[in-house]
Amino acid sequence: MPGRRVQLFVTCLVDLLYPGVGERTVALLERLGCEVAFPTSQTCCGQPALSSGYPREALRVADRFLDAFADTEGPIVAPFGSCVHMVRHHYPRLYQGERAAVAARLAARTYELSSFIVDELGQETVGGNYPGLGVTAVAYHHECHMRYGLGVTDAPISLLRGVAGCTIVEPARGELCCGFGGTFSLKLGDVSVAMADEKLDSALAAGAQAIISTDVGCLMHLEGRARRRGLELQLHHLVDLLEPDGRL
Amino acid sequence: MNGPRAPGGLVIEPPRGRPDPAVVPNLHRAAGNWAAHRANASGRVDWEEWRERARAVRADAVRNLPELLELLEARVVAAGGHVHHAHDAEQARNHIVRICHEAGATRAVKGKSMTSEEIDLGTALAQAGIEAVETDLGEYIVQAMGDRPSHILAPAVHLSAGQVADLFARESGRPFDPDDTAALVGYARGVLRRRFLAADVGITGVSLAVAETGTLAIVESEGNIRIATALPRIHIALMGIEKVIRDWEGAGHLLQMLPLAAHGTLAAASTSFITGPARNGDDGPSQLHLVLLDGGRSAIRGTAFEEALHCIRCGACLYACPVYRQVGGHGYGTTYSGPIGAVITPLLSSEGDADALPGLSSLCGACVEACPVKIPLDDQLVMLRARTHQRDPARGEAALFAAWARLWSRPSAYRATAATAGRALRPLWSALARDGWQRRAPFPFSGWTDSRDARSPDPEPFHLRWRRRRGGSG
Repeated sequence: MPGRRVQLFVTCLVDLLYPGVGERTVALLERLGCEVAFPTSQTCCGQPALSSGYPREALRVADRFLDAFADTEGPIVAPFGSCVHMVRHHYPRLYQGERAAVAARLAARTYELSSFIVDELGQETVGGNYPGLGVTAVAYHHECHMRYGLGVTDAPISLLRGVAGCTIVEPARGELCCGFGGTFSLKLGDVSVAMADEKLDSALAAGAQAIISTDVGCLMHLEGRARRRGLELQLHHLVDLLEPDGRL
Repeated sequence: MNGPRAPGGLVIEPPRGRPDPAVVPNLHRAAGNWAAHRANASGRVDWEEWRERARAVRADAVRNLPELLELLEARVVAAGGHVHHAHDAEQARNHIVRICHEAGATRAVKGKSMTSEEIDLGTALAQAGIEAVETDLGEYIVQAMGDRPSHILAPAVHLSAGQVADLFARESGRPFDPDDTAALVGYARGVLRRRFLAADVGITGVSLAVAETGTLAIVESEGNIRIATALPRIHIALMGIEKVIRDWEGAGHLLQMLPLAAHGTLAAASTSFITGPARNGDDGPSQLHLVLLDGGRSAIRGTAFEEALHCIRCGACLYACPVYRQVGGHGYGTTYSGPIGAVITPLLSSEGDADALPGLSSLCGACVEACPVKIPLDDQLVMLRARTHQRDPARGEAALFAAWARLWSRPSAYRATAATAGRALRPLWSALARDGWQRRAPFPFSGWTDSRDARSPDPEPFHLRWRRRRGGSG
């Protein structure tokens, strides 16, 4: 399907902290034949405020998402399931009246990267390889808003299976939340870190050398904790493996 | 032999919200068992269809609550029972104490009932000179330790077999092997049997009440409730008003769904159906009293939180919750803990003293998936956080979010913050950073770096990269 127009919703955490993930997302979508547009007036989906109990502030920021994407065409794709869940699940409930209809139309067009590739582009694998030599044992961490919120679990695993140079291991109780949870990770730091430790320890116990996810919030939290503990664990966004050399 | 019962109530103490290393291994073991049983069991039925049916039964009940309560009362009275209405916890306690006094009862056996914890019945009975013994094994252990239940269904889930063996050894003066479950249970059974035989009154909760016949259904694992509702001459059943349902068709479904969600079994080990007191000289209590507790429930009907009243108290959301798993029930400081506790406690409490509870969640949504009646617990937690800030603004935080919203609702200001974070503050980051990570970060992120390294803002955010390499065309 060459030339299919896609709108990139890069998300604020990727923009500010993991811009390489954004670059690789663009490169991957282009390799798959998409024409990628980037509405430059986008900011953040507003989730940090909503989750913290400030819906009015969340709406002020969410308004920018509506403005940035309302007049664009084609699917809106983000390399971050949690922000997609915000748009798909919360926007139609946050808005009233005319804006609610706009929000609902945008929600229906917004996809997380891996499910867009598998379900919309119909590609079950897209190749890719794990950086470095040899075979790396990787554990996949399902971000909760993708698993429980969007009901997506198969798509990222399907794509991960197509990656050369890695083998997938299954940690015990892999479905548990890693403890990021946005501002939860600051407000209840001790609990958040205990949750990260359980996730990291079970990955190590399963023989994992790396943890892969589609949520840079989870990745930042887990890698930050793994570094502090001096653990031998790599953390990567899925697209780092699917398109390791991707650049703008 | 039994210590004084620790005080109960809807809210007991401020939430601790910290991992409790003493209980974590016990909780992880119990939650792991639950997850395994549940995975096995939910594969045996059409789980989604079952949940939807269970939700519909509960939604019908809560929507038509006044009508169903009227019908229930008429049927219970017709069957020879007495019905007492309690607007709040105090009225419920007073009803129960008065019933005991009028009957000259001084010795009570109790079945496990979270509603009795909610109204702090134990303290009221003790003050009234009524000796009340918990007869559920977990409750008995918790009571004997002067402790409180830490799970809706498994009160002693935070304790290890070793702690129970030590307790029984102290009580009995003889040693117990923690691995010899039969000996531990046998000891408790012997103690409790004497209490059952001596009791004047049995006090229980109610799992659900079937309005069309005035029948109280009580599920349990141990059989103690069956005895507590059969041997003493008086049975007092305490029930939150929302537990009524319309008919037996709904009851039949919920009585399978409850154990399925709770334990992964399609039937409870024992279910008692009680319609009125003993009649025609049959064995059993000569009096049945049903105490209907409102306790703030009516006020939730018709609000955005109404679905919280659908809860059937299965405890599944507690086992599924990754936060409960670290802090345990006592970490919430409330009778109802876990996700459902963090939702209903602030709703039922008029004091505002439970408003911190909805913060005890990472909003992962595991509770929603576990819930057999599909309560949108994560959405309700989010709404409750907003309600908390409306009632009692956390000024510093509110100011931060207001400033944030002002900046990030303007694309140019958003891009400027991104660039500033990455470039103008570069000297600050890089002084602390090592290959893109740093060991310390400024407020409001300093809490993060107490125990985690922080990712440094990239000097060239994606927006900038796009503009430089793709010319900024949208």
